[in-house]
Amino acid sequence: MPAVSKGDGMRGLAVFISDIRNCKSKEAEVKRINKELANIRDKALDGYSKKKYVCKLLFIFLLGHDIDFGHMEAVNLLSSNKYTEKQIGYLFISVLVNSNSDLISLINNGIKNDLASRNPTFMNLALHCIANVGSREMAEAFASQIPSILVAGDTMDSVKQSAALCLLRLNRTSPDLVPMGEWTARVVHLLNDQHLGVVTAATSLITTLAQKSPEDFRTSISLAVARLSRIVTSASIDLQDYTYYFVAAPWLSVKLLRLLQCYPPPGRSAAQPPDRVSGDHPQQSPGAPQVQEGPALQRKERCSVEAIALIIHHDSEPTLLVRACNQLGQFLQHRETNLRYLALESMCTLASSEFSHEAVKTHIDTVINALKTERDVSVRQRAVDLLYAMCDRSNSKQIVAEMLSYLENADYSIREEIVLKVAILAEKYAVDYTWYVDTILNLIRIAGDHVSEEVWYRVIQIVINQDDVQGYAAKTVFEALQAPACHENLLKFNLLHSKFHLCSVPTRALLLSAYIKFINLFPEVKPTIQDVLRSDSQLRNADVELQQRAIEYLRLSCIASTDILATVLEEMPPFPERESSILAKLKKKKGPGKVPDMDEARWNVNGNTEHSENTEPTNKSSPPSLVADLLPTNRPRPASYSPTILSAGNMAPSHPFTDLLSMNSSPAAGASLLVDVLSDLSSPAPAPPPDPDPLMFVCKNNGVIFENQLLQIGLKSEYRQNLGRIYVFYGNKTSSQFLSFSSSLNVHTMPVDPTVEGGAQLQQILNIECLSDFSDTPVLNVQFRYGGTLQNIAVKLPVMLNKFFQPTEMTSEDFFQRWKQLGVPQQEVQTIFKAQHPMDTDVTNAKILGFGVALLSGVDPNPANFVGAGVIHTKNTQVGCLLRLEPNPQAEMYRLTLRTSRESVSQRLCDLLSEQF
Amino acid sequence: MQRQTYLFPLFGYVFRLNILKLPGVQVTNSKMQFMLLFSRQGKLRLQKWYVPLSDKERKKISRDLVQTILARKPKMCSFLEWRDLKIVYKRYASLYFCCAVEDQDNELITLEIIHRYVELLDKYFCSVCELDIIFNFEKAYFILDEFLLGGEAQETSKKNVLKAIEQADLLQEEAEAPRSVLEEIGLT
Repeated sequence: MPAVSKGDGMRGLAVFISDIRNCKSKEAEVKRINKELANIRDKALDGYSKKKYVCKLLFIFLLGHDIDFGHMEAVNLLSSNKYTEKQIGYLFISVLVNSNSDLISLINNGIKNDLASRNPTFMNLALHCIANVGSREMAEAFASQIPSILVAGDTMDSVKQSAALCLLRLNRTSPDLVPMGEWTARVVHLLNDQHLGVVTAATSLITTLAQKSPEDFRTSISLAVARLSRIVTSASIDLQDYTYYFVAAPWLSVKLLRLLQCYPPPGRSAAQPPDRVSGDHPQQSPGAPQVQEGPALQRKERCSVEAIALIIHHDSEPTLLVRACNQLGQFLQHRETNLRYLALESMCTLASSEFSHEAVKTHIDTVINALKTERDVSVRQRAVDLLYAMCDRSNSKQIVAEMLSYLENADYSIREEIVLKVAILAEKYAVDYTWYVDTILNLIRIAGDHVSEEVWYRVIQIVINQDDVQGYAAKTVFEALQAPACHENLLKFNLLHSKFHLCSVPTRALLLSAYIKFINLFPEVKPTIQDVLRSDSQLRNADVELQQRAIEYLRLSCIASTDILATVLEEMPPFPERESSILAKLKKKKGPGKVPDMDEARWNVNGNTEHSENTEPTNKSSPPSLVADLLPTNRPRPASYSPTILSAGNMAPSHPFTDLLSMNSSPAAGASLLVDVLSDLSSPAPAPPPDPDPLMFVCKNNGVIFENQLLQIGLKSEYRQNLGRIYVFYGNKTSSQFLSFSSSLNVHTMPVDPTVEGGAQLQQILNIECLSDFSDTPVLNVQFRYGGTLQNIAVKLPVMLNKFFQPTEMTSEDFFQRWKQLGVPQQEVQTIFKAQHPMDTDVTNAKILGFGVALLSGVDPNPANFVGAGVIHTKNTQVGCLLRLEPNPQAEMYRLTLRTSRESVSQRLCDLLSEQF
Repeated sequence: MQRQTYLFPLFGYVFRLNILKLPGVQVTNSKMQFMLLFSRQGKLRLQKWYVPLSDKERKKISRDLVQTILARKPKMCSFLEWRDLKIVYKRYASLYFCCAVEDQDNELITLEIIHRYVELLDKYFCSVCELDIIFNFEKAYFILDEFLLGGEAQETSKKNVLKAIEQADLLQEEAEAPRSVLEEIGLT
C-alpha cells in the first residue's frame, strides 16, 4: 500500500495496482489485466464505480496495454456534478482521447456546460482539458469563447491563468481560428496584474501572439520592461511564493526576457532599459558564488543565461557582450557539468558577434582543455562547436591541430561532423597549400571511414583548380602510399595497381580512368596497362561499368593515335562550381529547418575568387593582371576582358567588365559600386527608402536591417579588399506564402525564388565590387504579394566605404613618416564631437577594429589615444588611410583626425566614424 | 606590412553555422514537447504529451529515449540533443524526470521546472517516493496540470498549486464521505 493515501483512496484501485506489481511475469500481468477488463465490462455501473473503473482502465493504458472500451463511461463522468468524478473523466480524456475521436462532440458538449457553469473549479477542469487535447474541433468550438473569459473583469485569477494558456495552445494548433480582436489590447494589460501567476501565464500567451503580429503588441515592451525591473529591484520577500531559491520569480523573468527578444533592439539613441535590466542579471549572479553552495548557485545562473540570450539578440552594446562573455568564461571552469555545457553553447552564439569574437577567443585554452578532459560526449560536442565558431586566421592552425588530435579518439557519433568541420576550417583559413594538403591527408588517415564523399570531391576540386598545389598534393599522396621513388611512373602505376584488388567497384572504375590517362602521359607504361585492361578480371567483370570502361579504354589505347589520345584524355577543366559540397552536407546534418534553402550553386566563378598577393598599400598602379588572377589559371581568359580602369562616370552597359560578370545593365548614375548579379534585367528606379539606420552597420557586418510584421531582412557580409559578398536573408514571419517575391537593387536585379513559404527563409547572395570611392548607399528594393496586396519595401544596404578597408600594421616610425607625407591640408580632415556613448576603451577598440583599420598600439605617445591604419581598396586605386582618435573623458568629447591620400575619402570616413562614439 | 594571403579564394562561403539562424526569426513557438517519468528499470510512470502524436509514435519515442538516458553515466550533464529536440533530464532517487523542449529553449529553466515539480510532489505526498506516484498517478497528473498547462508554466508558486489541489481533495472527501463505509464492506 502506498505510504500516503490521499483523498478518498479508491481501495479497489489500490488493490488492483498492488496485484499488478506483484505479478512475476509479463504473462501473469496480462492475465490479471484481462480478468479485470472482463470484470469491468460486465458491470452496470453507478457514478462511483464508473470513476474507479475508468481509473483502472487508465492505469492499464499507462502500463502500455490497449484499451478499446470505457471511453463512453469517461464521457459520462464529465456530466456528473461531483467534482472528483468529473476530474477523473477529464483526466481519462486528456490522456486517452485522440483528437480524431468520434466522441469529440460529446466531449465538447461536456466542456461547454462546464465553461458556462461559472463554477471556477469546473471551468478550470474544462480549460485544462482543452489545453491538453488542443484539437481542431475544440478550437472550432471554443476559440471565440475563451478570450472573453480571459479578459472578463470578474474571472477568478486561476481561471484566467488556465484560459491564457488554453488560448495559447489553440493558437498553436489552429492559429487561423483564434481571432484577434479588441481583447488583444486588454490581454497586454494582464502584464500589470497583481497576481504573478496570471502575469506568468499571460506572458507566455503574449510572447507567442507577438511573434505573429508584433505591431499589435508593441505596447507590451514597456510593460514587460517595467515588470522586469520591478522584479529585479524588489526584495525577495516582496514576491513571497514566487521567490525560488533566493531568485525572484525566475520563470517569469525568463519569459519576459523572451518576450523582449521578439522585438528588434531599440534605436541607438533611445535609452535602453531592457539592456540595463538584462545587464543587471549577469551582474547579480557573480556576487554570490562563493557564499552559496550547490543548487541555489545554479539557479541564479539560469536567469543570466536567458539575459545573455537577450543581450546577444540586441547585439548592440559591446560592453554588455564583453561582460557576458567574461561571465560565461567563469562558468566554463565551473564544477557543475550543466553549467559548463551551457557556457560552451552560449559562447558559440557570442563568437558570432563581431564585438565579442575577440573576447571569446581568449578562452581558447579552456575550451581545448574541455575537449580533452570532459567525460560527457555532449559537452565535448559543444566544445567542438565552439572551437569551430571561434576559429579565425589567427588561431586556425592550433584549432585544426587540436581537432585532429581529438579526432583520433573521438566518439563515433560525432566523428563525421568533426571531419566536416576540420575540412571546412582547413580550407577556409589555409595560408599555404602544403598545410592544407597535409591537414586533409592527416584527416583521411585518422578518420578514413568517416570522410564522406563530399570531402573527397571538394579536395579534388581544389587540387585541380590550383595548379601549384597539384604537384605537392600528388607527391604527398604518393609518399603517403610509401613508395621508394626509382622509376616513378611505372612504379606509380604498379603501386596503384597493387591496391586495385582491395578497392570497391567505384574506386576501381576511377583507377581504370587513371590508368588510361597514364597511357597518354607516359607512353612507356602503355604495354603494362594494356595487359591489365586485357585481363579477364576486367573484360569479364561482373560489374557492367567496369567491363565497359575496360573494353573502351583498351580499344582507345590500341586504335587511337597519340594526337587523338591527347585530345580525349586532356586534363580536366577546372570545376566551375565553387559551392562547397561539404558545407552543404554539414548544413544538411544540422536539419533543413535551420538553414535557408538557397541556391548557392548560382555563384559564378568570378565573384568568389580573390586576388591573393597584392598588399602593398602605396602601390598606386593596380596591376592589370588583377582580374586575370581572379580566374583559375588554366582556363582561357574571356576574350572581351580588357584591363580598363573603371569608374562611375564612364561605365557603359556593354562594358567589358560587365560581360565578364555575365550581366548587362547600367548602374545608376553616381553609384560606383558594381553589384554582381546573374540576370540581365535592370530595375526601375526605386522609391526613396525609409531609413533603417545604416550607421549601425558601420562597425559591424551582420544583423537585421529591416523588420516589420511580415518580413525580416537580415544581412551577413564579408569583404576582402575591393570585393564584397553580402548574404541577404528574407524571413517570412507570417504563416502564409509570399508570392511573386522579387528584390532589386538600384543597380541591378537578380532573380530569387518567387515564392517564400510561411515561416521560411530565403537567401540571396550579392557580390559587390568597389570601383572607386563613394558616399551613397545602395538601395535594395523588395516586392512581394502577401494575401493579395503588393508589398513594396526599400531598404538601404549598409555598404559603406570603410567596408573595403584592409588593416595595415606598421611601426611607430613608419606611421609618423607616412603621417607627414600626407601633410597637404586637403588630405586631413578633423572633427571634434561629443561622445554619445560611455567612453570605454575596450568598446572603442572593438569599434575601430570593426571599422576595418588595424589598431596600432604604442604609436601615439599618449596611450589613451587610438591610432589606426588601413588601406581602402577600390577597383582602380588603393587609398592609404591613417587615423587618430583622442578621447577627452572629462569633457566627454573626442577629436578625430583622418589623413588619407584622397580628400573625398578622408571626408567620408570621418563622417562615418564620428557617428560611432 | 602584414601580407594577407588566402590560399583559397573562397570568398567567405563558409560561415559560422549558428549565425545562419537570424535572431528574431529563431524565437518561434518554443515550448515543452512532452514530459516523461520513468524508473531505473525503464518503466514509464507518467507521460504527458504537449504535441499531437499517435500512440505508436509515443511508444517509440519513450522507448528510445528511456534507453538513451539510462545508458548515460551519473556525472554526465543533464542535457542532450536528441533528434531535433533538446532533452533535459534529472534523476531523483529511483525516478528519472525527463522533458523534451525545442532547440531554442532555455535548458536551465526547464531543469528548474523539473525540480519544482518534484518539490510539489514531495510536499503533497510528504516526502514522495516512486510508490506514491504509482498508486496515486492521477494526483501526479492533477498536480502537473496545475503547474504546467499546454507545456507552459501556469502557476509557479508552490503554495498556490498545492492550495488548488487540496481544495479539490476537500471537495472529494465531502462527496465521498458516506461512500467510505460502503466500501469498507467490500464493494470494490
